Amino acid sequence: MSHPNWIGLKTIVTKEINRILRIWIQTIVPPAITMTLYFIIFGNLIGSRIGQMGGHNYMEFIVPGLIMMSVITNSYGNMVSSFFGAKFGKHIEEILVSPLPNTIILIGYVTGSVVRGLMVGAVVLLISLFFTDLTITHVGVTLSVVVLTAIVFSMAGMINAIFAQKFDDISIIPTFVLTPLTYLGGVFYSIGLLPEFWQNVSLANPIVYMVSTFRYGILGTSDVSLTVAFSVIVLFVIVLGSICLLLLHRGVGLRS
Amino acid sequence: MSALSIQNLSKTYAGGVEALKDVSLTVEEGDFFALLGPNGAGKSTMIGIISSLVNASSGSVKVFGTDISTHRSAAMRMIGLVPQEANFNQFEKPLEIVVNQAGYYGIARAQAYERAEDLLNRLNLWEKRNVLSRTLSGGMKRRLMIARSMMHQPRLLILDEPTAGVDIEIRRSVWKYIESINTDGTTVILTTHYLEEAEQLCRNIAIIDQGAIVRNTTVKSLLTEIDIETFVLDSVQELNACPEIQGVTTRLRDDGSIEIDLPRGQLLNSVFDDLQRAGIEIRSMRNKSNRLEELFVRMIDHNTQSSANDQRSAATVSLTPTGGVK
Repeated sequence: MSHPNWIGLKTIVTKEINRILRIWIQTIVPPAITMTLYFIIFGNLIGSRIGQMGGHNYMEFIVPGLIMMSVITNSYGNMVSSFFGAKFGKHIEEILVSPLPNTIILIGYVTGSVVRGLMVGAVVLLISLFFTDLTITHVGVTLSVVVLTAIVFSMAGMINAIFAQKFDDISIIPTFVLTPLTYLGGVFYSIGLLPEFWQNVSLANPIVYMVSTFRYGILGTSDVSLTVAFSVIVLFVIVLGSICLLLLHRGVGLRS
Repeated sequence: MSALSIQNLSKTYAGGVEALKDVSLTVEEGDFFALLGPNGAGKSTMIGIISSLVNASSGSVKVFGTDISTHRSAAMRMIGLVPQEANFNQFEKPLEIVVNQAGYYGIARAQAYERAEDLLNRLNLWEKRNVLSRTLSGGMKRRLMIARSMMHQPRLLILDEPTAGVDIEIRRSVWKYIESINTDGTTVILTTHYLEEAEQLCRNIAIIDQGAIVRNTTVKSLLTEIDIETFVLDSVQELNACPEIQGVTTRLRDDGSIEIDLPRGQLLNSVFDDLQRAGIEIRSMRNKSNRLEELFVRMIDHNTQSSANDQRSAATVSLTPTGGVK
C-alpha cells in the first residue's frame, strides 16, 4: 500500500519501535528483572506454601497475571513517556504540522505502545518457562484480550500525556491509580477468595476482566464471564479512543 | 493566485492576551515576503495559525486557495515550516529526522532517502547525517530544520527567524539556499530580526506591531520613504572640529570620522564638495545602520507612542465623571 496516510502510519510505528529498541535497557530489561523476582519470591518461595489457587498451583496461577501486569504497565508507560516526551521536546510539532489526520496519529502511537506491551509480555512469558510448564489453552482469547488490553492502556496513556504539563504529571496516574488497580485486579489471587461484598467491588475494576480473561486463555479458568469481559474491554477501547480523538481534534495541550 | 490569503484573522489566548487583531494579508505566488515586527508583535502567532499549531479565534487562512480549517491536510501538504526554536528529537540522527518527516507527508522511504541526500548535501549536513542531532552546532540545527521543511517540496516555505544566532558565513549560505529555492518557484515568507536580511532578500514586506499590520508594501517603496539617511565618513586627516556642510547636520564621531544626516533630495556630491573645500579627504564611507532598520525603528516607535497617547486619552475619558473629554 502506498497511500500517503499508510506511509505516515508506518513512519510513526517504525519510529516508535526504533525508540523502544534504542533504549531497550530502559524498556525491556527492567520489567524482565522485576518479573523474574516476582516468579522467584511469590511463585517459588511463597507460592510453594500457598498450595492451589483457582484449581492450579500458585506459580501457574500468577504467570498470566504477571504477564498481563507487564503488558498494562508497559503499554501505558510507553505511550505516556513517548508522547509526553515528544510534546515536552516540541518534536510532536513535526507531526502536528504534517497532513496526517488525527486518527492516524492515534493509531500510530497506540500501535507503538501495543508493540512494547507485547514485547515485554513475550519476554515475561519466556522467563516464566524457566519456572513452570505452560500451554496456552485458548490461543484466540489469549491474543485478543492481550492486544485489546494493551490498546486500552495505550489510549489511557495518551490522555494522561495530553493533559500532562510536567514530568511529575505522568507519574501520578501510574502510581495512584494504575498500580493499585493492577494489584487489586486478581493478579495474585482469585477474586473468588474475597467476601461477597469485595467480590462485587472488584467487578468495578476493569483490570479484573482483563486478567481473568487472559488467565482463561492460558489456563482455561476464569473469575468472570467472557462475554461480559470482552464487552467491558471493547467499551473501554471505544470510549478512550473517542476521548483521544476529541482531544487531538481540539488540540488540547498540543495546539495553543 | 495568492500563495497565502489571510482574512480578518484574530487570536486571543486563554489568558486574555490579544495576539492578533483582525489581520488581513495577501502574499502572491513566487514572492519573497518579509514579515517584520518587534518581539511579541504577533509574528509567531500568525505563523502558528498558518501551520495549524495555533487555533485561530476568528478569521480565515487560505494557502493557494485551500482553506486550512476545512481542508487541513491538503493545505498542510503545501506548507513547509522552519520554526524559531529547534523542535526535533535531539536523540535522533539528522538523516532519520528528515526521512521521518517525509514519511509524515506520505513520501515513500526510497524517495525520501534520495531527497534527504540531496538536501543534506546542499545544506552541508551530509557528513553529519549519522551523528546525534543534539551534538550539532546552532547553525547546523537551523540548516537541518530547513532541510526537514523542504523534504516534501512545499509550495510555500515559512521561515521564522532562520538565521538568528548563526555566524555571518552560515547566514549567507542559508540566504543563498533560500534564494535558490525561491528562484525555483517556492514562495517564501520570512520573519527576521536582521533587517539587512529582509532588505537584501525580500520583495514585499509587512510590518506587524501589537497584533496589527501597520504597513504592507514593497521593500523598494518602503525604502523611498526614508527622509534622512545617516552616513559615517572616515577621513584621512585627524579631525579636531566638525566641518560645516550646507543643509546637512554633521557630528564628530571621533578624531578620524564624522557622521552626516543627509536629507532626501540632497546629493552626496555637494557634501563632498564642501568637505573638499574644508580640506578634508575621505577614505571610506558607510551607512551608519541598515536603511530599513532605521525606518523600522522609527515606525515602531511612532506606533508605540500613538498607542500610548490613545491609552492616555482613554484614561482621561474614564476619569472624567461627566463622561466629557478633558
